[in-house]
Amino acid sequence: MTLKARRPDAFSPGRTPPFEETAKESLADAQLRRNLGKATQTIRRKRAAAVGEMPDWEALREAGRALKTRVMRHLDEYLLRLEESVTRAGGTVHWTRDAGEANEIVAGIVKGHGAREVVKVKSIATDEIKLNEHLEREGIKVHETDLAELIIQLAGEESSHILVPAIHKNRAEIRELFLRKLGVEGLSDDPADLTEAARLYLRERFLSAKVGISGANFAVAETGTVCVVESEGNGRMCTTLPEVLVTLMGIEKVIPSWRDFEVFMQLLPRSSTAERMNPYTSFWTGVSEGDGPQEFHLVLLDNGRTNVLEDERGRQALNCIRCSACLNVCPVYERTGGHAYNSVYPGPIGAILTPQLVGIGRDPGPDSLPWASSLCGACYEVCPVKINIPEVLIHLRGKVTRHKQDRGGLSAKLNPENAAMRAMARVFSDPRLYELAQKAARVGQWPLARGGSIRHLPGRLAGWTEVRDLKPVPRQTFREWWRESRGEG
Amino acid sequence: MATAKETILRRIRRATRDVPEGERPEDVPVERGYLLRDEGTREEIVARFAENVAEYRATVRRVAGDELRSAIREALERRGVRRLVVPEDLPEDWVPEGVEALRDGPGSRLTNEELDASDGVLTGCSLGIAQTGTIVLDAGPGQGRRALTLLPDYHLCVVREEQVVGLVPEAFARLEATVREKGRAITFVSGPSATSDIELNRVEGVHGPRTLEVLVVRGRPPAGTG
Ligand code: SF4
Repeated sequence: MTLKARRPDAFSPGRTPPFEETAKESLADAQLRRNLGKATQTIRRKRAAAVGEMPDWEALREAGRALKTRVMRHLDEYLLRLEESVTRAGGTVHWTRDAGEANEIVAGIVKGHGAREVVKVKSIATDEIKLNEHLEREGIKVHETDLAELIIQLAGEESSHILVPAIHKNRAEIRELFLRKLGVEGLSDDPADLTEAARLYLRERFLSAKVGISGANFAVAETGTVCVVESEGNGRMCTTLPEVLVTLMGIEKVIPSWRDFEVFMQLLPRSSTAERMNPYTSFWTGVSEGDGPQEFHLVLLDNGRTNVLEDERGRQALNCIRCSACLNVCPVYERTGGHAYNSVYPGPIGAILTPQLVGIGRDPGPDSLPWASSLCGACYEVCPVKINIPEVLIHLRGKVTRHKQDRGGLSAKLNPENAAMRAMARVFSDPRLYELAQKAARVGQWPLARGGSIRHLPGRLAGWTEVRDLKPVPRQTFREWWRESRGEG
Repeated sequence: MATAKETILRRIRRATRDVPEGERPEDVPVERGYLLRDEGTREEIVARFAENVAEYRATVRRVAGDELRSAIREALERRGVRRLVVPEDLPEDWVPEGVEALRDGPGSRLTNEELDASDGVLTGCSLGIAQTGTIVLDAGPGQGRRALTLLPDYHLCVVREEQVVGLVPEAFARLEATVREKGRAITFVSGPSATSDIELNRVEGVHGPRTLEVLVVRGRPPAGTG
């Protein structure tokens, strides 16, 4: 299995292509668009039903937002509390400034136990730091154990969705892959058969692995409890069976107290898989005698998160609980798929998180992402922790534009594209102006829409459709609908 | 040279310099305006639990206390279970005659291979959550360590009606002491595992027990048991 075929993304060295460049490739892939369209529509409908049965949903969202805001404002204190409680419970906490440090620490722990193989449960943070590649370079074989991740790993590709990483592959392609790579015979393309083949293959790995690697959905400062939310049971396997467990966690994942799970464990399952509760959730507090791994390492990762924290308006991107609801409602994501974002964080959240994590003005790929949006506002409406993604997108457009101007000298200032961007930055800095502008766009768009898609928007709104082939602006935006249906505005 | 910890803490403090000096974490308001308790009757709550568990395609049966043993026997027979894993402290008479009990406790650990090769596992639980159809295992009485309910392919779980709470916040409130004082690991089980990774077709049972069966018991089982 080779990972070299992977294409560099925003978190690997070198230049990343801008969104519109990669988006063109995805737009040309009819199979991908069919898979994606089917997937996102199904999830959208189910999510709406799961949320609809909660009379207190808005109160939960508000509590989620407030708790995350509290954490970010006092992150130093919460991390210190977390370190203390995990240590008290028998675990070891490691602090790492960047990907390189985190990779070295994890590899060191694995090698310290003489392990040549590890089992791993899907974690975006480990994808962000390219942990698998690092471990393989160190001679350690990594077994991804989520079905989708296994598929991706066998195919040597990148995930295209936070939650359904193999959303771009159909059953025939998966069967093909399993026949070739798992050494099974007589396999049908029935999803149940394919799943069974993966179960048997992975069971062997779980039973023999000495070290397990996971990410974390939450970690409680007060008690040191770490939580992994999952569907398939491989998370339980990886966090229960090996003798040693290493968990990598972004510093923003800490939550204040045990009780706060009552908020997040209601928000997350309904928003992500549209279930009342996901099949399995594991909570562990350090090491329990005679039950599960007897050695536990929690690796705390910065890797740009403190950059994000620095921006008062952009900081809210750190509140994300990775539910992927914003991806599934995004008209841009639905058409381009995840690969177009060239980041382990795709979709609307990726568009605000990636450029902030890697830093503005360093790489054309991430810098292009704030424009990968029609600003329809659907992401904000579904976000379980109320991240105002459109607001941050607009804010980041302004930042990118200013950066280009500062660096570009006179020619950049006279460049019409920059003038358009500047005008846009002004329009977008005020949500009311933005709403008016969007109304204007709707009125003005009809002669430009062909076959249900927009090619260009006129005048100073031109910058809005940096990404060609967008869906027409909806007749009524979510924001307007929301206000009207609540009798405001 | 500064350690990674010192650097990260310094970066955080610099990044949050807009936060007023004297502000404590608790000063940032968090309004908990959501529901904390299910005001339904006991019967309504238990019925909702059974209904929601069943929606995950787990089998649910409600039985009276004195029917528990026969219900267990029937379930195991239907499934053809011969070698049954049980936590050491599970009431002995829950295991029907003719079924071999593989007991696991601190003094006598089954190996992972033995668990894997067994026909199923029988346990109690810590809590049930009606709102979400969730069974909570916390390694307390009658539940055993985590691997017991993970490696066998069939899990028969006994839930007493009084263990069922209405809403998710009620469950976390009840579990707080376990976590704070004992630090035991907790697992939420909501139906058998599932994946929708292949063309979004839901497939039940990936890892962990592919079949989950739940017996909801009304009233106390006869004296001397559970
Ligand atoms: S930004 Fe909000 S909606 Fe999007 S993944 Fe994060 S929590 Fe979910």
